[in-house]
Order: sequence, then structure tokens, then C-alpha cells
Amino acid sequence: MIAASYSRRKTRNGVWTVLAYAATALGLVLLAIILVTLLWNGLGGLSLDVFTKNTAPPGVVGGLLNSIVGSVIMTGVGLALGAPIGILAGTYLAEYGANSKLASAVRFINDILLSAPSIIVGLFVYELLVVPVGHFSALAGAVALAVLGAPIMVRTTEDMLNLVPNTLREAASALGMPRSLVIRHVAYRAVMSGLITGVLLAIARMTGETAPLIFTALGNSLFTADPRGPMSALPLIIYEFARSPYAEQQKLAWTGALILTFAVLALSILARVFSASVKQK
Amino acid sequence: MTATALQSSSAAHSSPMDRSRALGRLKFGDNSFRLLTLGAAVLVLVLLLGVVVSLFIGAWPAFREFGVGFLFSDAWSPPKEQFGAATAIYGTLVTSVIAMLIAVPVGLGIAVFLTELCWLPLRRPIGIAIELLAGIPSIIYGVWGVYYFRPVMQSYIQPFLISTLGNVPVIGFLFQGPPFGYGVLTAGLVLALMILPFITAVSRDVFDTVPPVLKEAAYGIGSTTFEVVGNIVIPYTRVGVIGGVMLALGRALGETMAVTFVIGNATKIQSSILAQGTTISAMIANQFADADPGLFTSSLLALGFILFVITFLVLAAARWMLSRMQLKA
Repeated sequence: MIAASYSRRKTRNGVWTVLAYAATALGLVLLAIILVTLLWNGLGGLSLDVFTKNTAPPGVVGGLLNSIVGSVIMTGVGLALGAPIGILAGTYLAEYGANSKLASAVRFINDILLSAPSIIVGLFVYELLVVPVGHFSALAGAVALAVLGAPIMVRTTEDMLNLVPNTLREAASALGMPRSLVIRHVAYRAVMSGLITGVLLAIARMTGETAPLIFTALGNSLFTADPRGPMSALPLIIYEFARSPYAEQQKLAWTGALILTFAVLALSILARVFSASVKQK
Repeated sequence: MTATALQSSSAAHSSPMDRSRALGRLKFGDNSFRLLTLGAAVLVLVLLLGVVVSLFIGAWPAFREFGVGFLFSDAWSPPKEQFGAATAIYGTLVTSVIAMLIAVPVGLGIAVFLTELCWLPLRRPIGIAIELLAGIPSIIYGVWGVYYFRPVMQSYIQPFLISTLGNVPVIGFLFQGPPFGYGVLTAGLVLALMILPFITAVSRDVFDTVPPVLKEAAYGIGSTTFEVVGNIVIPYTRVGVIGGVMLALGRALGETMAVTFVIGNATKIQSSILAQGTTISAMIANQFADADPGLFTSSLLALGFILFVITFLVLAAARWMLSRMQLKA
């Protein structure tokens, strides 16, 4: 009786163990296949032309220069707009708000914004900046990216500032330092690499977003650095070229996808290195 | 001597003045910094409010024209100016359900593997790899889906499903029709792959909150690994796991790029999940840039508003559950 139930328990354990192994194998193999196909298709098209020529109509040898520059500009402007808001709001939550009602509300809403559909943010910025102005613009794209990036920085800044030991703050206050100086010269400095982590994670997210740019930045086949007009971006050109019937454009889409993925992965790994250095302290 | 005395007396004389001025400046700086952070925090609230209000204003003409019927009408005809949300809502829900049905068991399986079964030196590398995969832009999944997964669906998986499940009574209607490769099922599967790393990462974090003593006690009285998982880990972390799953559902509902490549973008409801369809976000991504101002644009904005309300409710529930989990931990 006991032996029978023991063997049954063992079998059941065995079956579930095999299923867990199978799930892991399935998941990891599929995700590996994605990366391998990305390398396979993307590496073939990687050449100097990709970085020195603009996107071209089918039949002409083109590259991705204008899209890469567009992505960098829009992410840069988006970061310039989003980072101060994100870091300051995170500071409020960790240093001033703590458990007040306002802070709890901001924390909750920020968490919602963190995972809100990015296409909704695109629609919002379209209504806010495209309709009144009358045309698409890179600036609108950058604002949409800022709205997506800021919540990440709010969250990381708060989490990181919470790691600062209170004794450090108390020591600074005991010397007569006002609160804001304690925050800026002691707390920020203690978790500087943590704040950088947040910024890097936000850049990674902003670089990879497509949906909010479709009807804000729109895309542009010409090289431009003017934020008042439509601008191309790497995700936008992948979206366009991947659906193109021309083989050379499809090839460029894969190359763009490869560049984009590795840029995002590199940023995430860098963010991880910085956050590990905070936690070691 | 006299010089220093003079100096010190003049310093003593002027010090209260400087001191109060310096203090005043410090106080001003202190207050402005506090107000600055407060302003930024309030701006976060304003942003969400702005999203709701601007979408609602944009959607208002459609809501006024079609009323509550907008939610239930499957019409979508730009030339006739007849619009309804039912097709897109249906596609959004069905693709998300398919994605969750597959990604939740597999994701939980991987999380169990990582916390209980995996060889220790491999835990961190595999865990990090999965977290990194969670950050890959969704458009990559879309491009991969349309070039690699769609042909596999068309040549192998869909014909197989049609010839087997398609003939089963009761559920057979779900698997009928020609194998296009594009379709609701394809979109659901790509979506599943996309949210898989996310579910794994969240549930692994949640599983890690179980106090080791609890597990050790269970192992100590002779429980097998899966009795520990089934009787200790999952009951202890139930709220957190559900929260994590709903967070992933929120993602799946609003995902645009991974879906829009492979779903086929057909604006009608079909009973077969092999047939082409659309989702709210795919419809907005495809049609918004070319939509005429007026009812067409407004209807797309109304779809966006509906999507926002749905995801807000799902995400709010998820956050509430995860915060309960944190209180416990």
C-alpha cells in the first residue's frame, strides 16, 4: 500500500520533471532560433553601405544611414525630455512622498504607464502634437518616446534611492545640510550607477519602439536632422521594408533588425553591469 | 593685533547678516528642488489623465454617432462610414487567450525549472538570458513571424490541424478553412513566444520569495520536488503568479508589431482561428496614417480608447495583486 503510493508519487514527480525540462527546452530553443535566423539573415547584408547610404527606392543600392541617425536623434531628444521628469519624479517618490497618498497614486499610475500599450501613447501624442500643428514631426516622435521612457526612469530611480542607507542621510543632515543637498550630493552620488541603469533601460526601450512612431514621426526616405519635420527611424524602416516585395529591401530590413536587436541587447547588458555595481556596494 | 581684532569684530558684526542670507538661499534652493520633484511626480499623473482625456475627445464623434452599439457592431466600412469595434475586440481577446494558454504553462514550467531543478551554476546565465530576451523589440518577433513562422504554419501546422482537429465534432469549426499561414492562431502563437520570457522572469522572481525554510521543511518530511512546488511554492506565491500573468496579459492585449505582421488584417469575424483577422492595435497601426479625418479617424481613436480601458483594468488588477504579494514578502 505504502510502496504503491510511493512509486506513484515518484512517477508523478518524474512526469512533471520531464514536462518542466521540456518547457525549458522548447522555450530556449525557440528563442535561440529567433536569434540565429536574425544573425543568418542580417549578417549577409551587413556592409559599409548600410551605414553610409540613405534608404533608397528599389533598384538603387541603399543603406540605413538616415534611419539610424533618425533613431539616435529621436531617442536623444526623447531622453532629454524624459530623463529629468523621470529622475525627479522618482526622487519625489523615494525622498519626499514615501507613503503619502499622492506618492501612492503616482506610483500606481506610473506602474500602469510602464506597461501601457505603446500604440496608445502614439495616439495621445498624435492628438497632442500632430493635429494642432498639422503635420507629422520628429519632435512628436521624441515626445512619444519620452512618455514611454520616463516611467522606467521613475521606477528605477525610486528603487535605487531606496537602497541608500538612512544613516548616510542622517549623517549629512546632522552636519546641517539641507534636504535637497543631501539628496543631490549624498544620495544621488551613492547610487549614481543605479540612476545610469534606469537611463540605459529607458534608452533600450525607446530605441526599439515602433508603434508610437508610425503616426508621430511617420518616416522619411531622405536624410534629415530637422526635428520639425517627419523623420525616419530604424524600427520604422524595418516595418516598411519587411513588408516590401523587393528582395534588396527585405534584406535591409533584416540587417536593420540585427542592428536594432544588438543595440538593445548591448544597452540592457550595460544597464545590468551598472546595476550590479550598485548592489555590490 | 589691532588689525585682526578689527577683522574679527567686523566679521562678528556682519556674520548674522551673511548667515541669514546664506540660510535664506539654502532654504529657497531646498524648497525649489522639492517643488521641482513634486512637479515631476504630478506630471506623471497628468500624463495618464492627458492620455484618457485626449483619446476620449478624439473618440467622442464616433461614440456620439454609434452609441453603445459601437462596441457590438462588426461593421467596418470606411466608404459607407459604418464602424464598429466588435471585430477588433474579438481578435484582441482571441489572440491574447491563445497566447496565454500556451505561454503561461510553458513560462511557469521554465520558472519551476530555474528555481528547483536547474544545476546551480547554470541558473544565473539562463535567468539572465531570459531577462534579456524579454527586452527584444516586438518588431523583431513580427519580422521573424512573417518570414519564418508563417511558412511553417502554412505548410505543416495548419494542414495538420485542419485534417485532424478540423474533423472533431463540437470544436472542429475552430480549425477549418484553407491554410493561409496568416491568421489569428499564427498571431496568438507569435504573441505567446513574445510574452514567454516575461512570464518566466516575473514568476521566477515571485518563486524566489518563498522562504527556503518552508521548502526545506517539506523536503525534510520526504516530499518530492513537485509536491513541494504544488503544495508549498504555488500556494505561497499564488497571488504574485496571478499578478505576473495578468501583467503579461496586459502586454499581449496591447501588443502591436508582433501581431500586425502575421494576423492578415481582415476586418471581419470568422469562426475559424486559422482564418485571418485583426486586433485593435493592428487595426490602428494599419489604418490610422491613411484614415480620413472625421468619423474614420474618430472610430480608430475610439478603438484606442477601448483598448486603453481594457488594459488599464487588467494592469490595475495585476499591480494590486503584486503589491499584496510584496506586503507578504
